[in-house]
Amino acid sequence: MEYHLTTPLSKDDIIQLQCGDVVYLSGTVLTARDEAHARILEMSVMEEELPFGLDGTAIYHCGPLMQKKDGDWVPIAAGPTTSGRMSKLTPPLLDKYQVRALIGKGGMTGVAGSLEDKCVYLAYTGGCAALAAGAITNVSDVHWLDLGMPEAVWLLEMKEFGPLVVGIDAHGNDLFSDIRKRGKQAFSMLDP
Amino acid sequence: MNNITRENVITAIIDIITQAETILPEDVVEAIRAAEMIESSPVACAQLQAILRNIDLASKHAIPMCQDTGILIFFVDIGRKLIMDFNIEDAIVEATRLATEIVPLRPNAVDPLKRTNSNNNTGAGLPDIKYAFNDSDELTITVAPKGAGSENMSALKMLNPTEVDSIRTFVLETVLNAGGMPCPPIIVGVGIGGSFDKAARLAKAALLEDVDHMDNFEKGLLNDINSLGIGPMGLGGDTTALAVHIRTAHCHTASLPVAVNIQCWANRHASVTLGGER
Repeated sequence: MEYHLTTPLSKDDIIQLQCGDVVYLSGTVLTARDEAHARILEMSVMEEELPFGLDGTAIYHCGPLMQKKDGDWVPIAAGPTTSGRMSKLTPPLLDKYQVRALIGKGGMTGVAGSLEDKCVYLAYTGGCAALAAGAITNVSDVHWLDLGMPEAVWLLEMKEFGPLVVGIDAHGNDLFSDIRKRGKQAFSMLDP
Repeated sequence: MNNITRENVITAIIDIITQAETILPEDVVEAIRAAEMIESSPVACAQLQAILRNIDLASKHAIPMCQDTGILIFFVDIGRKLIMDFNIEDAIVEATRLATEIVPLRPNAVDPLKRTNSNNNTGAGLPDIKYAFNDSDELTITVAPKGAGSENMSALKMLNPTEVDSIRTFVLETVLNAGGMPCPPIIVGVGIGGSFDKAARLAKAALLEDVDHMDNFEKGLLNDINSLGIGPMGLGGDTTALAVHIRTAHCHTASLPVAVNIQCWANRHASVTLGGER
């Protein structure tokens, strides 16, 4: 199935998605990588208010390459980063905020349970940064530039960003872990 | 007189950085095209088509094909007959700084502990420069931008000398553990022998070889890897790797170092030769 969704995302928007479905996403998407996740979690422990909202959002695991032209940030390249690095940081974040979609590449380990009934993981083709930048219509804001350009939180206005493949759905299914399991099986059956 | 001045070298390096970041070597593009033709999984096909569209877009508009413009790794071959009255390392660092603005490159270099970003892709030990010498009157510089997604999935193991047969298992386990994280279809560089660090350097240098340039052992390993079914981006499929390249060096009789350096599909590199009769 193919879906065209717009942020903010509701629970109904994402609950209908199944592993393998294709999504094109429009609306505001937030980038967050390792350092941003760590800071969000630190602030939530201290019960400090974040400078951006997370409920209903899609978090894009992406450290974009931006260039300032005439005072405005222009996206040059903005493909996904390895989501696996955020595997441990994601469950506590989902406990606290109603994030509805995670976008990245390569899948995540041990998060399918925390995504159940509230969030999906969408895979974009890794390295396709020129292609992804073409889906950004505007860079509406940036927070935490002190973390450096890749680790800052960028608010991107996207139009028909995709194709995104549903890699982990909200029903406990994980396409990546299935393929990994099959890979292990194939490995054990190879001639010694 | 030769044309090797500091200014010429800096300009030439900025040119090859731009080329490496925006134009994928034709042998790699051909291999991805060939994979797309024979891939049986529709999801995998869509991934490969996106990659090919992205490569096309990047070269057409001269923008980096990946936002992870990598850390810059230089291989510098210096002819013994050359006279250079400037500091080559300093020129490479300056070219990297300038290229960060011009190409542009994402500032990726951080202090390893404080995690503070230098904002210009240079820092202690960066860019990484490997020197070699030959008998020519030429200077050849190759740049290979290396992204973290694939580099993070690389592994090194000190095997026992009697475990030659385990090399294959170690390579396959490394690829299996990496799954979709290093942006497959990958290129696998394997360094066997030498020492702890030399094995890793051999593995990295192996990534510069032509994709098609494989012997029977390398082709066998490639088939084994592709039989795992990880596929483009780990979403399943026939194409997990495009090539396996192995380099060896003699090692201590009591050791068997094996390094596996994983490279994403964006096997970016470009070279320039200066000097000689040009």
